[in-house]
Amino acid sequence: MIPIAWLGGWSLFVKEVRRFYSVAIQTVFAPVVASLLYLLIFGQVIDTRMEVFSDLDYSQFLIPGLVMMTILQNAFANTSSSLIQSKMHGNLTFVLLSPVSPLAFYLAFVGASIVRGLAVGVGVLLVGWIGFDLAWQSPGWVLLFAVLSAAVMGAVGMIAGIVSDKFDHLAAFQNFIIIPLTFLSGVFYSIQALPPFWEAASHFNPFFYMVDGFRYGFFQASDVSPGLSLVVTVAFFLAVTAINLILLYKGVKIRD
Amino acid sequence: MSIKPPAVSFQQVQKHYGDLPALNGVTFDVRPGCFFGLLGPNGAGKSTLINCMSGLVRPTGGQVSVQGHDVIKDYRQARRLVGVVPQELIADPFFSIRELLKIQSGYFSLRGAAQTRWIDYLLDRLALKDKADALTHELSGGMKRRVLIAMALVHKPQVVVLDEPTAGVDVDLRKTLWEFTKSLHRQGHTIILTTHYLEEAEALCEDVAIMKGGELKTLESTETLLSRHNYRYLRVKTGQGHGTESLVDPLQSRLADQDGNGFLLRLEKDLALNDVLAWVAQSGVSVQGITSRDATLEEVFLDLTGETK
Repeated sequence: MIPIAWLGGWSLFVKEVRRFYSVAIQTVFAPVVASLLYLLIFGQVIDTRMEVFSDLDYSQFLIPGLVMMTILQNAFANTSSSLIQSKMHGNLTFVLLSPVSPLAFYLAFVGASIVRGLAVGVGVLLVGWIGFDLAWQSPGWVLLFAVLSAAVMGAVGMIAGIVSDKFDHLAAFQNFIIIPLTFLSGVFYSIQALPPFWEAASHFNPFFYMVDGFRYGFFQASDVSPGLSLVVTVAFFLAVTAINLILLYKGVKIRD
Repeated sequence: MSIKPPAVSFQQVQKHYGDLPALNGVTFDVRPGCFFGLLGPNGAGKSTLINCMSGLVRPTGGQVSVQGHDVIKDYRQARRLVGVVPQELIADPFFSIRELLKIQSGYFSLRGAAQTRWIDYLLDRLALKDKADALTHELSGGMKRRVLIAMALVHKPQVVVLDEPTAGVDVDLRKTLWEFTKSLHRQGHTIILTTHYLEEAEALCEDVAIMKGGELKTLESTETLLSRHNYRYLRVKTGQGHGTESLVDPLQSRLADQDGNGFLLRLEKDLALNDVLAWVAQSGVSVQGITSRDATLEEVFLDLTGETK
């Protein structure tokens, strides 16, 4: 039973989940297929030529990275595209006229982005699991990083959706910040294989810790300790949550 | 005995967009249960004021309260009391009309059989029953407007705000809309209306506020506003083809309008009618009829705002 004070936020959460589910081909199945194409192409081409961690095929190494990349990009896309569309169509007004609090608004949008992130992540994982010899040695870490990373990117997507005035602004955010940071986060490689400068630079990319911590859950091997990855990811989540709540309580770009 | 707070109270409300002032310290109250007209030319600040009240815009300064509840500090209660029909048509590409009404009810923590019955009632009353399962982009402009009205009423608000509700709406829908609004008013709801159709405001509104340039110009009962106006109007019907060139100077300076059938004079209320008739006779005009009337709200509005027809 949901307390009555939270029913408004719950309604918004359910609405946001139903929104992406109503276009599931675009929001769930297409990203899964795209990730599987990466797996087929990179896995087949590089599999025999590269050893990442000891006793591990490249395809096995790649799958958790691809799962996490899909989670990150789709969690971001869910909040950001929903917000910008709501602004463009004007239907954000309906929520803004209601007594839904800024905190409930935030939790509802981020919650829905977690659901979408996990839905596409599970899709990639299932196919990877069936087609490749993949085992998860610490399911708790896998789940923890999946949920936490989806929440982080849902929150980042929310910031992008709030500050963007048009689709072009959002595309800039996505193409010049999110995609480069995800591609350079160790999805396709271990940062230990990089030259010293780029290896050091990778430590300033928060997405790296999400990918590395998630991968630890599968192999109990990672570039940095999972504890450090958890601390950085939680700190990043708290920071983007704080920014969101400040924007929402002040009504920046949505109540002015 | 406790005194009822105003339905809405605006106290020194200011809103600035950068250096551009949209509201300059607007202060007034709306009586509970009143059918209230908020009028003004484009850019007067009417919609900004309404948006400050409904929470869509944060005022730069001042205070707005709804039945005593501050719209910032006590926003939950204030928003439960207000239903806004926005000026712009709004679309949602994902959900049907009935789903939108259910979702909106959810935002107000309303659900269950009683709420479903209320949604059915709104769909029926606003002639949307046949389109309940349609998406908003499948609807005509008039139907979209009705959906917005249903959305605004889904939580049974005490104060209903209609921001230009009849803009671009056909005569039938306008009539339906006003009948529905009048029935809400009879049930005790406070209605706040902004419109450019001043005949509608004159016919419907008990009190009228006129704004210009982000400031309140006047607020009075419609009756007082019309009766306190300093002018009355005299319509002189002449034969076809008579121009106004022959009118004597005192009439020329009071000429308000003219057409092929005569002319309209705008006269000070204390001006003796005998003098006017004497000036008409001096002008050598062939008079076929004369009618006198008080100013309409539109004429009062034009005088107060300095706008032209």
